[in-house]
Amino acid sequence: MEIKAFAKRFTHLEDITRATCTLRASGVHNEELALVDGQLAQVVRIRKDVVTLQIFAGTEGLSNHAEVVFLGKYPNLKVGPHLMGRFLNAYGQPLDGAPLPEGDGTELGGPSANPVRRAQPSVPILTGLPGIDLNNTLVGGQKIPFFADPDQPYNEVMAMVALRAKADRIILGGMGLSYDDYVYFRQTFREAGVLDRIIAFINTTQDQPVERLLIPDMALTTAEHFAVEQGENVLVLLTDMTLYADALSIVANRMDQIPSKDSMPGSLYSDLARIYEKSLQLPDGGGSITILAVTTLNQGDITHAIPDNTGYITEGQLFLRKDSDTGKIIIDPFRSLSRLKQLVIGKQTRADHPQVMNTAIRLYADAQEARTKKENGFEITDYDQRTMAFAQAYTREILAIDVTMDMDAMLDTVWKLFAAHFSREEVAIKQEWMTQYWPG
Amino acid sequence: MTSPTTGTVTGITANLVEIRPEGPVLQNEMCQVQAGDASLLGEVIKVTGDTAFVQVFDSTRGLTVGSPVIFSGQRLVVQLGPGILSKKYDGLQNDLDKFEGIFLQRGLRSEPLDPDHRWSFVPLATVGDPIRAGDWLGEVDEQGLPHRIMAPFTLQGTWTLDRLVPAGEYTIRQEIAVLRSDAGNTLPVTMVQNWAVKEPLTVYAGKMRPGKLLETGVRIVDTLHPMLEGGTGFIPGPFGSGKTVLQQALAKQADADVVIVAACGERANEVVEIFTEFPELEDPRTGRQLIDRTVIIANTSSMPVAAREASVYTAMTLAEYYRCMGLRVLLLADSTSRWAQALREMSNRLEDLPGPDAFPMDLSATIARFYSRAGMVTLSNGQTGSVTFIGTVSPAGGNFKEPVTEATRKAARCFYALNQRRADSKRYPAIEPLESYSKYLDYPEFQDYAAREVSPHWIENARTLSNLLLKGKEAGDQINILGDDGVSIENHLDFWRAELIDFVLLQQDAFDPVDQLCPLPRQDAMSTLVLEICHRPFRFDDFQQVRPYFKRLINAIRQMNYSAWESEDYQHHYQELEGILAEQATELAV
Repeated sequence: MEIKAFAKRFTHLEDITRATCTLRASGVHNEELALVDGQLAQVVRIRKDVVTLQIFAGTEGLSNHAEVVFLGKYPNLKVGPHLMGRFLNAYGQPLDGAPLPEGDGTELGGPSANPVRRAQPSVPILTGLPGIDLNNTLVGGQKIPFFADPDQPYNEVMAMVALRAKADRIILGGMGLSYDDYVYFRQTFREAGVLDRIIAFINTTQDQPVERLLIPDMALTTAEHFAVEQGENVLVLLTDMTLYADALSIVANRMDQIPSKDSMPGSLYSDLARIYEKSLQLPDGGGSITILAVTTLNQGDITHAIPDNTGYITEGQLFLRKDSDTGKIIIDPFRSLSRLKQLVIGKQTRADHPQVMNTAIRLYADAQEARTKKENGFEITDYDQRTMAFAQAYTREILAIDVTMDMDAMLDTVWKLFAAHFSREEVAIKQEWMTQYWPG
Repeated sequence: MTSPTTGTVTGITANLVEIRPEGPVLQNEMCQVQAGDASLLGEVIKVTGDTAFVQVFDSTRGLTVGSPVIFSGQRLVVQLGPGILSKKYDGLQNDLDKFEGIFLQRGLRSEPLDPDHRWSFVPLATVGDPIRAGDWLGEVDEQGLPHRIMAPFTLQGTWTLDRLVPAGEYTIRQEIAVLRSDAGNTLPVTMVQNWAVKEPLTVYAGKMRPGKLLETGVRIVDTLHPMLEGGTGFIPGPFGSGKTVLQQALAKQADADVVIVAACGERANEVVEIFTEFPELEDPRTGRQLIDRTVIIANTSSMPVAAREASVYTAMTLAEYYRCMGLRVLLLADSTSRWAQALREMSNRLEDLPGPDAFPMDLSATIARFYSRAGMVTLSNGQTGSVTFIGTVSPAGGNFKEPVTEATRKAARCFYALNQRRADSKRYPAIEPLESYSKYLDYPEFQDYAAREVSPHWIENARTLSNLLLKGKEAGDQINILGDDGVSIENHLDFWRAELIDFVLLQQDAFDPVDQLCPLPRQDAMSTLVLEICHRPFRFDDFQQVRPYFKRLINAIRQMNYSAWESEDYQHHYQELEGILAEQATELAV
């Protein structure tokens, strides 16, 4: 990073903790960047002439005589077409060898969008996965996480969704990504021939956790550029937000903040909202930012502070679960929810969509009840038998993450399953659609 | 007026700024902190020795020690005058429509009221009248509502109306009256005045216990756990349990003159939904656009945290202002948990000793004080006005044993507990009928009112329904433990009576044009009908007959719910119901 000739230099640190250092300096700006022995740091607190710096790479091996240079600028990124197809680190430096243009760019963490300048999301994002498109339709400008246990293939599903969604641009923010997953993303995007649409900011588990805090801002500042300036529909992938929140709690702890629930900082809700609320739909056919995130859970526990706060911020969640009956990974139809689907289903999709979706889920729920009955040793009826057979087929052909088809084919498949297992009366959908779509 | 106190910045931690003032400062005084080109608004929240701690309502990026500060001499105020209705404000009463560009640049301010609009003023008072604070001097028509122009709320003692302009068109800054005190001082009056948001606006003659039903058209609320004009209530619920849908239903349907929605730290897209839908929707009672009677305070979750705290006070002050005009105001805040979290963030930066879950120790008192600003009041002219307040709470992990839910439970009189299990089984609105309560059912004032104005057996019906629901729950537990054939048929009947009540009275389709709003007479008729069925003797030989029979009853009544009141369809389904009931009559006769 370049250093201006007149930059202020200091050479005595008063305090060093594991993530921060303190020194006496004057004329320092809040949130200003500095270099501490060449390591990037940011001002987090000023009290009279005592300045506290957060050092992103940690303070290991730091001397109390380290040279501190204040840079007079804020975290920023030079955004533009030169980023296309590039893989960068949390500081926006290239991971892929080739140089990037020097110079200052757009400040990260810009202000919030004026609510009255937003448009209501209204364009469905189709992914080809029936578990999403049929039951939890995504809408441009939405923010929605995958809630998944660490052993589930959430990154693979996310990559698949990203490739199928017809986004103009895909921005990947990887936080605490395993090196293997980083390579997986790179290969997958290359093989799909979409590298020119991708921009990735990567922090792997090899990097310092505190550096992760820069990743969402890097990704979203880039997204805002392409959505606002170029009118593009941008899809932002953030994985894993749980590790991001962990980094927040590390910094809060070093700053002696009093932890609230689950050792998380009291500001967790605001910190997460600041990121997720960057999703937006611009009016008059303008661009959009859609955020697809991953929040890993501990054994499916959604009451932990991270998934809990996330659930209050995002517009629904997608739950991955292994179905014991078929052995397939499915998108759980009960616990998953897309809050914005009401804005598009049956309007931008076929008119029978809402009823077909609800009826199938109702019958699937009947199957669950029948199964419980069976497990508890109660007698089961013919109807119970049929619901369970339906549920198996529905799981394989609709819920499993390894099936793909277009929207109309999904609806037709469900109609086919209805007819195979039930009478018309049992399905009880509006007569008009029965006549039109009931097979045979 | 003395020149304002100035000061300099001595410390910065996120949006908490330490300032050394060169003169007197007030607790909660507003100030402007100069950060480069931007002038940031802040509020004094603590004074220690020669340091004032200020929470800044914006990002403090780039602020330096030594930056100049100017104190305003007054606390956070809102502008009160005609033109508030249908506005979209942020938490500090900036008119969001007046900002250019997509993003909210920091330090921007905009006029809350339109200074050039000419209002058609009609005098209500007469020259020579004795005038006290809040007395009505005249009125203008604001979107079909009589917006009273009142004597300054800060007026001390009784003054005399010295001059009053004749009916005509005036802007809010034009002088419309002059008041004179006994000592001969004169005071010019315009249509606009300021009020500090954290100070309750109490220029009324007295506050009464609520006694009148606030009709919401939501059956489980009106019939089972009624909310009253001037009452307080809260809706806690885990995410996905339908808090926002319920609040929006209340905002759309409640029988109030003015509805103020404070979107406090919630999703921007939800506010956009209100912006998009309300201008399209018709007020079911007046036929005007819903947006005409609505004010939106949008401080969504990514907007500055300190302004989130201010937003609920701003909303409450606007509500109290319209109450002073003798209007019935409904204030909805979604969500008060985000407000409490804003308090927690600040308390944390102040390094206060924390209370439970790191919330400030006085959280409970702060919440109680806020709820106490709602209420039904008598004005000095004998008219009444009310502020009904319903807040949502977003309990961490969906667990009601957390500080905000517990503190709010102590302050609010009605409790509408949203339940995940009900939401999962799509029983909407997901208000748990037995856990929820309305303390107003015990108010003799309300009992009298309900018997007189609504229906002679309204209260009794509510109690009987609750009892039947409880019985049904107990029967359900028995069935679960002992199995279907391990209990008597009477147990099955108890269970299905409760299911009947649940499916046809408690559940309601917020998206169905007919079912979404159920007027009181219809609610009364339906609960009477359902109770009549519940009290009938039934005879079944086998428990297996109970379920299909009640399913048919439920289906017939639900179809009635979806049909316009006493329409042909409605009659058709009613006859269907009578047919099903008649089967049992023959059964019993045998």
